[in-house]
Amino acid sequence: MSLLEVVHMSHDFGGLRAVNDYSLAVSPGEIRGLIGPNGAGKTTIFNLITGMYRPTEGDIRFNGESIVGMRPHEIAARGLGRTFQNLQLWRHLTVLEHVMMARYSKLTYGLVGAFFGTPKRHRQEAQSRQRAEELMKLLNVSQFSDQLVLNLPYGAQRRVEMARALATEPKVLFLDEPTAGMNPEELWQMMKIIRKVHEEFKLAIFLIEHRLRMVMELCDKVQTLVFGEVIAEGTPEEIQNNPQVIEAYLGKETVE
Amino acid sequence: MQEVLEEHITLQGRLAASLRKSPLLGWLIGLTVAVLLEHLVGYELATAVGLPKIPVLFGFVIMLKTPLLIPSALFYVLSIYLIPACLVARLISAPSNWMAERLYRFPISVPVIVHLALLYLILHLWADISAYRGLTLRLTLIAVMMTLSLNLINGYMGEFSCSHPGFMALGAYGASVFSVFFFASDKLFGEALLPEALGAFCFPIGLIFGGLVASLGALAIAIPSFRTRGDYLAIISLAFLFIVKSAIENLEFVGGPRGMSGQPNYATLPVVFAVAVICIWIINNFVRSTIGKALNAVRDDEIAAEAMTVNTRQTKILAFMFGAFWAGVAGGLFAHVLRYVNPGTFGIQKLAEVLAMVYFGGLNSVYGSILGGVSLSLLSEALRPLELFKWIIIPLLLILVMIFRPTGLIAFKEFDVKALIRPKGHPEKEV
Repeated sequence: MSLLEVVHMSHDFGGLRAVNDYSLAVSPGEIRGLIGPNGAGKTTIFNLITGMYRPTEGDIRFNGESIVGMRPHEIAARGLGRTFQNLQLWRHLTVLEHVMMARYSKLTYGLVGAFFGTPKRHRQEAQSRQRAEELMKLLNVSQFSDQLVLNLPYGAQRRVEMARALATEPKVLFLDEPTAGMNPEELWQMMKIIRKVHEEFKLAIFLIEHRLRMVMELCDKVQTLVFGEVIAEGTPEEIQNNPQVIEAYLGKETVE
Repeated sequence: MQEVLEEHITLQGRLAASLRKSPLLGWLIGLTVAVLLEHLVGYELATAVGLPKIPVLFGFVIMLKTPLLIPSALFYVLSIYLIPACLVARLISAPSNWMAERLYRFPISVPVIVHLALLYLILHLWADISAYRGLTLRLTLIAVMMTLSLNLINGYMGEFSCSHPGFMALGAYGASVFSVFFFASDKLFGEALLPEALGAFCFPIGLIFGGLVASLGALAIAIPSFRTRGDYLAIISLAFLFIVKSAIENLEFVGGPRGMSGQPNYATLPVVFAVAVICIWIINNFVRSTIGKALNAVRDDEIAAEAMTVNTRQTKILAFMFGAFWAGVAGGLFAHVLRYVNPGTFGIQKLAEVLAMVYFGGLNSVYGSILGGVSLSLLSEALRPLELFKWIIIPLLLILVMIFRPTGLIAFKEFDVKALIRPKGHPEKEV
């Protein structure tokens, strides 16, 4: 059975149909890609699945349970972690605090612990800190541990975001253009990191990308989205050779 | 390197460096000596230099009233407070470092209690000189609590709440009704229901009751206004402030616009000091936990916080109620310090004062709130002789701070008690 299942999902912004009859099935450990030109509705699909918007029609099931109508934090706590296209970091928190914050739903000490500093709180915070340090090491940002994220180089900020998403202990990780604005060197690094993370945590990954090369290298299966509709779905090779996809990306004239 | 050496050669540099060697413990002992000195020879010294009595607030009032006495007042402040405190702190820096190191090895609560006891001793001795000092000190501590609890909402959470005096009023009336109803014979509520001797012990319950009333008020604001972000909270909370004020003015059973009196004298200096310390301790605990830091995450990027499993709506509502609770407790103390409350106290002017303290001291910082609360309430007492000009000088100061340090004097700094009381003997060990 699939881990995550989206069934005939549609979404309207006012009168505009942004996503039309979108379906998806992600199995555990799979890497899926979603490509498409600007404005095709890729990020909207992410926002719909992670609960930022509520779909107009259709159903989303995670582990067999419908998650439509749940608050984003509940969905995230169930195991759908995500990163953002434009880094959405907290400007006044350090790197360590970022990663520890993402373990919020794992803390059970409650307000009493927060107010009075009970032993339970110290134990849980220490655990959380240890886990955060492991993740920071894995993503190669531990040297920035006590720095504000604002002072970090761009590539490192991306990795912090990834560490933060992993700290929520996701089963499916949503990466929204993880290489946006990166130079080739950073791009190559990011690909290595995604592979490493995938192997280490046996995650399913769902990836939005602009750069076809990246998608072709990483993904098991790719969907192409144009104007809110999936026009092609298949292995990277199939997608690469699909005339409709080439048309959407390059325009009609170049098709021979 | 050269510059560092030169700095040490100059007298100023050497003085500053030698003073930095004293731990907090040394400074507290130095101040204890200073206030003891004032007790012993303060009056004699004051009359000797031609002052009518011991200057109550570091000579500010005397200096502003009769400028001719400025040199004498300055001399008094220097020779009673500044020089003895610095001298003692410097002279005993070796033994006090040794003591601080000894204390530091105990669990953190032991050195903290020792430091607090010393601090209380200083404040007590200082306030002992005149009733005016005692009153000012207690109101200052209450101002610190108000500032810190508002900082939680306006600084840590980044919303803009205007209803803090309203919460204070709810707490003040809640606690007053509680203690007058049960423990005082009064024309509003008739005979006391419980023996008066019990009253002082039940005062904490009264304060908590006042705080809870305030946080219920906060809940009423929070539910409609935290559905969205932006200016809604500012407007709704301002409306709430006016509603509370006019509601109390129209409630005859608490005295209406005439106010309410007859609160027993429970809010003595040790009580106010203890409550203020507990308030700072709990709030500081809260903001340093991940649950408390979720407030910062909500402020900096709410969508990201939500995506990282933070229950943002609950976080915001709880923090708002928590801030209101402490404003209510501060209000309860306030009512029992003055032993009279009237609704007129909790208006726009009070709001301006608290907001000024928060933004002057520094957002998102316990240090900042303490600094803002203490400095502005002492300043507004000290500048009292200037009357109208006071309201030019204080806003001017605020404008200057906003120009040069837009987030306040000490903003975004964690209040780390361990670092504060650490011995300072080994400068090479410090990072």
